[in-house]
Amino acid sequence: MAKLRMNQAIALAIAEEMERDSRVVMFGEDIAVAEGPFKTSEGLLKQFGPSRVRDTPISEMGFLGAAVGAAATGLRPVVEIMFIEFLGVALDQLVTEGAMMHYLSGGRLTVPVTVRASVGSGLGFGCQHSQTLERWLLGTPGLKVAVASGPRSAYGLIKAAIRDENPVVVLETRSLYGQREDFEPNEDAVIPLGVGEVLRGGTDVTIVALGQTVGLALAAAQASKEWSAEVIDLRTIMPWDQDLVRASVSKTRRLVTVEENQFTGGWGTGIVSDIASIAFGELDAPPIRITAPDVHVPYGTELEERFLPSVEYMTNQITSLIKTGVVPKKWWEEEL
Amino acid sequence: MMEPENTEESLQRREGVVSNRRKRYERMVEIRLLEDKVIEIFAEGLIPGTTHTCQGQEAVCVGVAAATRPTDIVVCTYRGHGIALALGVPTVTVLGEIMGRQIGCMGGLGGSMHLSDPSVGLLPTSAIIGAGIPIAAGAALTAQILGNDTVAVSVFGDGTTNIGAFHEGLNLASIWKLPVVFVCENNQYGEYSPIESTTSVTDLAIRATSYNMPSEIVDGQDVDAVEATMARAVARARSGGGPTLIEAKTYRYAGHSRSDKATYRPAGELDMWLQRDPIKLFGAKLVEEGVLEEADLELVDAEQRRRLEATLELVLSSPTPTPAQMMARVSAGGR
Repeated sequence: MAKLRMNQAIALAIAEEMERDSRVVMFGEDIAVAEGPFKTSEGLLKQFGPSRVRDTPISEMGFLGAAVGAAATGLRPVVEIMFIEFLGVALDQLVTEGAMMHYLSGGRLTVPVTVRASVGSGLGFGCQHSQTLERWLLGTPGLKVAVASGPRSAYGLIKAAIRDENPVVVLETRSLYGQREDFEPNEDAVIPLGVGEVLRGGTDVTIVALGQTVGLALAAAQASKEWSAEVIDLRTIMPWDQDLVRASVSKTRRLVTVEENQFTGGWGTGIVSDIASIAFGELDAPPIRITAPDVHVPYGTELEERFLPSVEYMTNQITSLIKTGVVPKKWWEEEL
Repeated sequence: MMEPENTEESLQRREGVVSNRRKRYERMVEIRLLEDKVIEIFAEGLIPGTTHTCQGQEAVCVGVAAATRPTDIVVCTYRGHGIALALGVPTVTVLGEIMGRQIGCMGGLGGSMHLSDPSVGLLPTSAIIGAGIPIAAGAALTAQILGNDTVAVSVFGDGTTNIGAFHEGLNLASIWKLPVVFVCENNQYGEYSPIESTTSVTDLAIRATSYNMPSEIVDGQDVDAVEATMARAVARARSGGGPTLIEAKTYRYAGHSRSDKATYRPAGELDMWLQRDPIKLFGAKLVEEGVLEEADLELVDAEQRRRLEATLELVLSSPTPTPAQMMARVSAGGR
């Protein structure tokens, strides 16, 4: 067992894939000499040299586009987008070029590019450096999107992403880079894309969580004496593990998604819609989504702490749902 | 899915324009006639959506193809019919794709703006201005990292020099000394707008100086000049000398797309450019040099027309793609 921090697990996953396959290269801003602003590429330049591990200009459209072109012609690039917001200036290359190129080549070209980006609130970085933004990518055919919830899942998802023949985005919760976890970093730890994981069995409610909310959902489930929750780390949202969620809800008869994103358009909408359609008659309560309000991520500790669903808020929402069988009011509906 | 297997034909057609000036002339005529036919059958409702033709720019297309190898990678824009044909993509798969039929180079799923044929290095042409510039830099990066002598080429219009991707891509290519040639077809108009109304410089090649990159301006109506300029840039790239920006001064005879009647052009401008039509110029030169007889020019024209009619018949007999073909192409390895 290795007790790795999440940033170490990421660097290890990339290093192992670069060792295994000489076509794997990595580039991004300050990832080579400085080893990454979040130390997610520690040791890579030393181990693999400046041809395969490259610092880029602050030029996401340029280097993400170059990654797409390199992927279409024989390399397997891993690119780092330092903060997910920076993807905005490069989105064309990901969704309109990379995700369409297989289709637009009559299936003859593949684009095995891995785009990693740090996401999430909780570090006081203000609204332009704290979003998760996975919803920008949802519903883009040809793209896969995974979200790491800690060292073990980051390791397993990144390895799977690098090996995949399609463009894959792996989002990494920034506040978890320093978190440690005991796990065996080996082949068995590779996580197939599209497969979620039941982290805790339960009988009264299924909580589907992602990224930063996974730990919070587990904490709420472990603390609750009133209900027993099954907690699922969804891990991949494009494609998402329908079988796993459906099977869990058919047992618990209640579904709650816990999302870091704002309410409108969040990843949970697809899950709730699917379960509401498929299991309509079997549910003991309406499926609900616990999310942030439709507001920019606030600056300043007090407000930012309210943005991300807290363990206490989650617990109250679920308790109310189970007791009353109706959708509880959101905190901003009650207070404002 | 019935994949059009055209590797051999594509390679033969490419070899033609690389080694033989008569073939270059024939290919220029082929491009002109196909583009004219596209406009004709668009009006008849045989082409969905819209389409962007390149009459007047044939010398750039063929000059680029003549100076490169089929193993080189070419990235181009939606005005790509001419480049695709010049590189060797068979006429039936180009017209088939434009018309959205299974026989098209992408099975009819891409359309006029999205042509591709990996067997001659053509990556899918893009409908997004500027997108191909970083992609070409990336293809050149592959060659540099794998250590082969492949060169990447990005062909784009004058309007592209005003978008961010152009500047980011040129800078990246320069700092990494990538084996890539950027070919700007300056056809004087970005969609409906004359270049001088949208752009701070007259000679677009000057923008290479910002990136410490060599550049050349070439007469885009002269296929020999384009080929020679291209050959110098390709040789520089292949030998590790880094990227080049080429500006080919040319002209787009038709409007931007089919809704554009090009009424914004000053009187006499088109006529002035028609005096220097690239096909007439090259034909006259080949006759003068004794490569062709005067009578050959009409024979080439008649032969290309005959072939195009046969090609159109073949395309019309091909079905449109099925839902199953569409679904199968979304992700590699299935959905």
